[in-house]
Amino acid sequence: MNPLRRALIAVLAAGVLRPWAALAAAWNKDAFGAKTAADALKGIGATGAAPSNDILIEAPQIAENGAVVPVEIASNIPGTRAIAVLVDKNPFPLIARFDFMEGALPFVKLNVKMGETSDIRVIAEAGGRHYVATREVKVTIGGCGG
Amino acid sequence: MAAGPMKMRAAVNGGVTDIRVLMTHPMETGQRKDQDGKLVPVHFIQSVTVKMNGKTVLECQASQGVSRNPVFSFRVKGGSKGDRIEVSWLDNMGETNSTEAVIA
Repeated sequence: MNPLRRALIAVLAAGVLRPWAALAAAWNKDAFGAKTAADALKGIGATGAAPSNDILIEAPQIAENGAVVPVEIASNIPGTRAIAVLVDKNPFPLIARFDFMEGALPFVKLNVKMGETSDIRVIAEAGGRHYVATREVKVTIGGCGG
Repeated sequence: MAAGPMKMRAAVNGGVTDIRVLMTHPMETGQRKDQDGKLVPVHFIQSVTVKMNGKTVLECQASQGVSRNPVFSFRVKGGSKGDRIEVSWLDNMGETNSTEAVIA
């Protein structure tokens, strides 16, 4: 590869990667690094969330394989802008946070790892307030050792 | 295992677009040991962005607690056949990948 071409590719790569760098900075290190659910909730500013029946959590009652536990979440709370998913007893409880904009519905389906039997805790953010719902999943074989 | 290809499917049904996306990624927790008893370094997708016709509709921040080879389903109000969906991810080691699909 000639030097000019290499330089051009480097410039192009830098341009493409820059937006990602901005996103990476937004990753909530404190919340995701928290080792207890309480600290993770503090990290996302969701302490004192009000319990709500309008957050729907679909998950198996018993998960044979903790490495892959399917969870489906929907919020019927009007104006839900974000949803966070926690597995209370995992080494790092905060699993993910989703921000919905431009028509995205407050719905998500994903697979989570569970080290042991635990509550799955879902936080919904609407109108500047936080709401919470939990659902217990019993785990036969933990999924955090790989 | 290294990060690899993605697969995506998007379909509009009753005014709602269903998006299902699969990412090939080890999602290492940093707590697993390899055959030699050495810890495998933590390696996981940290953020996911979903765009519809170039506009960001959803942003996700994730941890190593998401299962290996993550599969996500999302729903977006509106969308028509032929609209473009793009999903991209970035992991904690700076690797990225993206894929595009047209709404069916």
